[in-house]
Amino acid sequence: MALPQRKTDVGPPHYKQFLPPIVQKNYGKWKYHEVINPTTMVHVAESGDKLWTVRVASPRILATDTIREQCDIAEKYCDGYLRYTTRNNVEFLVSDEKKLEPLKKELTAKGFKMGGIGYGITNVVHTQGWVHCHGACTDASGLVKAMMDELYEYFDSKRLPNKVRLAVACCVNMCGAVHCSDIAVVAVHTKVPEINHETFKNMCELPTVIGSCPTRAISPDPAKKSIKINEQKCMYCGNCFTVCPPISIKNPEYDGVAIVVGGKINSLRSNPKFSKLVIPYISNEPPRWPKAVAAIKHIVEVYAKNAKKNERVGEWIERIGWEKFFKLTGIEFTFQSIDDFTFMRDTMRTASTFKW
Amino acid sequence: MAGKKYNTPLIDDLEKGPWPSFVTEMKKAAKNNEMANDALGHLEKCYTTRKGYWKHGGIVGVLGYGGGVIGRYSEIGDEFPGVAHFHTVRINQPSGFFYTSKALKEICDIWDKYGSGLTNVHGSTGDLVLLGTKTEALEPIFAEYSSRGWDLGGSGSALRTPSCCVGPGRCEWTNYDTLDLTYNLTQEFQDELHRPTFSYKFKIKASGCACDCVAAIARADLSIIGTWKGPIKIDQKEVQNYAKTMDINAEVVGMCPTQCMSYDGKELQINNAECNRCMHCITRMTKALSPSGERGATLCMGSKAPIVVGSLLSWVIVPFIKLEAPYTELKDLIRKIWDWWDENGKPRERIGEVIEIKGMRSFLEAIGVAPQPQQIKEPRKDPFMFYTDADMVKFKAKEAEEKKTGKYNF
Repeated sequence: MALPQRKTDVGPPHYKQFLPPIVQKNYGKWKYHEVINPTTMVHVAESGDKLWTVRVASPRILATDTIREQCDIAEKYCDGYLRYTTRNNVEFLVSDEKKLEPLKKELTAKGFKMGGIGYGITNVVHTQGWVHCHGACTDASGLVKAMMDELYEYFDSKRLPNKVRLAVACCVNMCGAVHCSDIAVVAVHTKVPEINHETFKNMCELPTVIGSCPTRAISPDPAKKSIKINEQKCMYCGNCFTVCPPISIKNPEYDGVAIVVGGKINSLRSNPKFSKLVIPYISNEPPRWPKAVAAIKHIVEVYAKNAKKNERVGEWIERIGWEKFFKLTGIEFTFQSIDDFTFMRDTMRTASTFKW
Repeated sequence: MAGKKYNTPLIDDLEKGPWPSFVTEMKKAAKNNEMANDALGHLEKCYTTRKGYWKHGGIVGVLGYGGGVIGRYSEIGDEFPGVAHFHTVRINQPSGFFYTSKALKEICDIWDKYGSGLTNVHGSTGDLVLLGTKTEALEPIFAEYSSRGWDLGGSGSALRTPSCCVGPGRCEWTNYDTLDLTYNLTQEFQDELHRPTFSYKFKIKASGCACDCVAAIARADLSIIGTWKGPIKIDQKEVQNYAKTMDINAEVVGMCPTQCMSYDGKELQINNAECNRCMHCITRMTKALSPSGERGATLCMGSKAPIVVGSLLSWVIVPFIKLEAPYTELKDLIRKIWDWWDENGKPRERIGEVIEIKGMRSFLEAIGVAPQPQQIKEPRKDPFMFYTDADMVKFKAKEAEEKKTGKYNF
């Protein structure tokens, strides 16, 4: 069968054709919303119209058949409209309250998991990992699945002092907002990369490789028509590997994950913040990464017990002090938590007013 | 149709437990699809050896575009021929991620015909990601989608697919039309999106308020954060309703970062001149409090993940801009920003890094934005600064004027 005529630069379709009629009618005229429970919220328009949202978890990797199932449900209850969130949940919107319970019943029957609204834990922002990325030093989807199985009660029922936004990055490229999450896992290399000098000269551009290194650890090796890496300076970021395939940094035994905490992106109460390193290394333990998962759950529980209502993880830690955070969690403080890259000036303490 | 049945004990374990399983999704796709089936075997091997097997992206794409497809090949394609090529196709999502079932089903049908049947809904940047196809399928895929009104998203050193929060579609807090702005900018800059000519990637994200539901401040080179200029309107009757279930002094007044609020048990008061519009009180009492007056956005720039020289959060560049179609002021500014970046950036330098290297002054002057205290947390603390000849002429002229009038003008 002949292919249709291709078109270039058409851009995305106009969003308006995908907006449910109630959204079109009340566009920009929403008055308030209420979180009814972790699975449901209602938005009320100035016109008095009400729009209920039911949020459903997603593993982000979806088979087309699952998307079709979501579509069938949207056709049955939502006039064929549905939307997704920036954290990859799917949302079913109903304007008729009578459809709400039947919708939820069917979602439950079909095995969809509802939740993620309000002060709890919602879907984890994550990267491709071993499923589809060349640079991954862990699998992101597997880690997320293992974490969320363990934290599931915070998704569908149990509440926390505020939202806890989780993220997983499968390397320090961090294709997601991992660096500003309440608790995040970032996969790390810990060994200096190896260079295949034979293929280097044919595959890589010397200035680009030298320029790719943030710590200036790479210098030319004219004899080999290749490069050398200064082991004292290399921080294993893998950027050289990204620009030059003959540089190999994958190391199954020593690649692992680090845990960072206390970031946020909104400006509520306090300014957006980066997440900070608290656990420098845990070995990769597929399929369930039990130690990394236990560490995250432990931090969530200590936060839940100690934070004031509305405090995000980072705000709670700033109020009590990082020294207290390490004490309360029992996490060992290591050299890796002291910045020796770009932020030391800003992060060392310059007063004797700390807690014992 | 499915070929080899792989033994996958490690990833099978990830089908257990309450959270939806990506392995179940992969198996679902694998039932009718050789590529998805081999992707399962390939992943089990990664779990067994604790190592990935994907090669660096190759240069693949569709005619006339330099991006939108991420080349992906396996190092062990002989063992898993279904994933020997496993390219990603990025489809530019509609603003706000709203769909009709008809449109989504059509996307699925085409994808099943040419690809693995696996997707990411959505990728981190916002595109609807089609995961895994072969080189020879790329042109047919593009013809099928583009003829139906779908286009590819950005990749490589180009404008990346802009994305936004739900905005006026379903949120009372938005200060501008995030959906329309995102659509409008994406259409305006189609060339920059499809044909990489930049030093590195450039991301635009639009959030309607300081809640920043698309994480613009942390991961967009241009972060557009909605805000307003007028006072916060108070519905005292609703305040009383909140008082029945909430300790307003502890949960709202006491947590106000500027301490510009008070509540005496009867009436809530806000000293709007001291408010920094953080949104805390509004989010806690949305029925009682709402922004008013002039609406628009703060433009911040430069945020990025750690590669190469550390993470950055976006810096305030333009404290306030009105955002109404056709957004001419913003578009002109974006073009000036790209021109300066083009002149000054080296390959793989994000704009935030170039601003750090060249100096904020060079950047602000090039784009025609005046220095303003809203841009900084605090002024510089060292005395190492540049004085241009023009600066000195200006300072001297000011003093001469003061001598004439007899009145200091600091």
